[in-house]
Amino acid sequence: MRLTLRRLRVAALAGLVAAAPLAAVAVQPDEILPDPKLEARARAISADLRCLVCQNQSIDDSDAPLARDLRVLVREQIRAGKDDAQVRDYLVARYGDFILLKPPVKLQTLLLWGLPFLVVAAGAAGLMAAARRKRAAPAAAPLSDEERRRLAALVGKPD
Amino acid sequence: MIVEVGHFALVLALAMAIVQSLVPLWGAARDDEAMARVGAPTAVAQCLLVTISFLALTWAYMTSDFSVENVVANSHSAKPLVYKISGVWGNHEGSMLLWVLILALFGAAAALFGRDMPLKLRANVLAVQGMVSVAFLLFILATSNPFARLVPAPAEGRDLNPLLQDPGLAIHPPLLYVGYVGFSIAFSFAAGALISGRIDAAWARWTRPWVMIAWIFLTLGIAMGSYWAYYELGWGGFWFWDPVENASLMPWLSGTALVHSIIVMEKRDALKVWTLFLAIVTFSLSLLGTFLVRSGVLTSVHSFATDPQRGVFILAILVIFIGGALALYAWRAPMLKQGGIFAPISREGALVLNNLLLSACTATVFVGTLYPLALEATTGEKISVGAPFFNLTFGPLFLPLLLIVPFGQALAWKRGDLAAVTQRLIFAGVAALILVGLLWAVTSGESVLAILGAGLALFVIVGSIGEVIGRVWRKGVSLPLALRRAVGLPLSAWGTAFAHAGLGVSLLGLAATGWGVEKIVTVKIGEIVPIAGYEVRVRALEPRAEANYSETVAAMDVLRDGVKIADITPSKRLYTTRQMPTTEAGIATIGFGQVYVALADDAGPDRVGMRLYWKPLVLLIWIGSLVMAFGGALSLADRRMRVGVARRAPARLAPAE
Repeated sequence: MRLTLRRLRVAALAGLVAAAPLAAVAVQPDEILPDPKLEARARAISADLRCLVCQNQSIDDSDAPLARDLRVLVREQIRAGKDDAQVRDYLVARYGDFILLKPPVKLQTLLLWGLPFLVVAAGAAGLMAAARRKRAAPAAAPLSDEERRRLAALVGKPD
Repeated sequence: MIVEVGHFALVLALAMAIVQSLVPLWGAARDDEAMARVGAPTAVAQCLLVTISFLALTWAYMTSDFSVENVVANSHSAKPLVYKISGVWGNHEGSMLLWVLILALFGAAAALFGRDMPLKLRANVLAVQGMVSVAFLLFILATSNPFARLVPAPAEGRDLNPLLQDPGLAIHPPLLYVGYVGFSIAFSFAAGALISGRIDAAWARWTRPWVMIAWIFLTLGIAMGSYWAYYELGWGGFWFWDPVENASLMPWLSGTALVHSIIVMEKRDALKVWTLFLAIVTFSLSLLGTFLVRSGVLTSVHSFATDPQRGVFILAILVIFIGGALALYAWRAPMLKQGGIFAPISREGALVLNNLLLSACTATVFVGTLYPLALEATTGEKISVGAPFFNLTFGPLFLPLLLIVPFGQALAWKRGDLAAVTQRLIFAGVAALILVGLLWAVTSGESVLAILGAGLALFVIVGSIGEVIGRVWRKGVSLPLALRRAVGLPLSAWGTAFAHAGLGVSLLGLAATGWGVEKIVTVKIGEIVPIAGYEVRVRALEPRAEANYSETVAAMDVLRDGVKIADITPSKRLYTTRQMPTTEAGIATIGFGQVYVALADDAGPDRVGMRLYWKPLVLLIWIGSLVMAFGGALSLADRRMRVGVARRAPARLAPAE
């Protein structure tokens, strides 16, 4: 429980920080790289990086000052000749996996990535099992006269 | 005085809810008719009392009664009246009061419209509904009292968060809450059925209208919220996979599954136990959403409440209700009679597939939203789960679902003929392929996903509408006869067609985002910026002052071939009381597309920095949602007539395939 409370308090603080920056546009005209190819790469990388003080916003969308710093940082790295993966690695080395909006697949995130497809597989298996069971089961008992009458009244069909 | 009346009415409502949740339950268990009948009058009385309470708070806001703490924190005397009123639910306490008001309204409606239900079921349903009320009334009175006074009263309030001073706030939360809370009735019906130990097709008939109402409002609420974010937040996004949005998407997904499974239950007496489970899960997800938003456990755009005490309280409510309902389910469901069998290739088979994929979608959003919290709580490791994750997991689950929509709609109950259905869908398929080919040629294969998405969208639209047309018209049928048949077709068939077509329309809008154009520029006044065949000219930059904010407005013209077609005035505002800046986008609607301009930071004298977008067909995203909701409403209208007026029945015998 103590952990929960601390979590909540941290979240509360983060909320105060996050409330303000949402107001304005993200990428500012003066940040843009002159080379459109490099700029396009910067945008693509930015869209997958989290603005660390915001709630689930990418640095490409966020107007927080930190997001701006990170955008500039990404562009500096690109200009220094690094490829996309290197830029990402550089940022992960600095800020941890937290900065990636698409978490890496590893032991701790196996359930996260696997669950959607597990549900489909388990659901399909369950359906097949149910179908087999039902084929063996006897038919349901018929409605009583009283139920039949009430249902007919509802449906509107004459008895 | 009025404020105290409101507070007192809330306490009385709690007392009423306690009676409502205990006496009918006892009466149903003891076969005591008088006690079982207590549910309805208490539900109505509780509703009246909560209404009085809500009106009292609204009065305090309208008259800017700054002796009430809640009004001080969230209002200002200079605020326009409409935002004073919508400000009532623009804060934690008030929005919880709205939540409880809607809960009580649903309870009263269930009491009034459920007169033909078996007494026991009705007593149990109203008792469960009363229990939910008790929990949330206690929550408000114990941790979030909106009627607390402030002594001494300040002369002026601290104003409402500027982002919330918008017509969006007036509409979005009430719609969303009617959706969220509406599923409480399905929950109560499920719990009531489990307690009574009986479930049949008649149960599905009584429950389905409530599920449909909740679904319609949730659909509208989500769409409204998305459009609000789109124009208000100033960067042209409309869905961010933000945890708070996910919180509303989860009940929508499972609610959509419920809307479909309950049809199977009604028509084929199958999927009964599963439908009960979905009813419980859907409202549980609504509760989870309320917890996520209201506790501040996740903070984001929407979270304006942050207080750990409240979080723990709501968490307790969550655990008691979800845990209790699931325990009840685990205990009683095995005793319920299972439904009949059916062939995999049939309408109900397709609906099962629909439920499977929707459940997987729900699970994806669930795990994506809660995994970071769980991981951090257990290992301390922090990760982020954002749009790229959902695109990779949710997309592959949702798109196949869209593909089977027209098939499911066209398949017959019991035993369908897939070959015949495929044949009937050939027209839609060919139309979709032609569109894909055309788009491929025109855009020379750029943004493949957008092209395929548009093709799929057209397939869904033509397939759904084509199905009803196929039922009323074929070669050789005269127009008057076709029209007569169209009128004779059950409204629910039209409802299905519209709801499915709406889904396609939304998808078309989503796909078209792939052809959007964005420009980020700094220009001089008078300069013209070309964007996607249009031009935007900056006419002037002028300061302006309103009662509660000051702003810099850029007056711009949108031109086509040098001719002015629209005026837009994007601006940057500063709300005086909170010293909070906001960006107001300038939006020109052209057909279904929009030119969207948001101002950037100050670029110096006579210069304007801005972000311009051309967003083709973007309005279809929300129009599609409206069409979906309209389809739901048609289907609901059909239900009403069938439930209430038996004479209408012959219409249902109109030509069905």
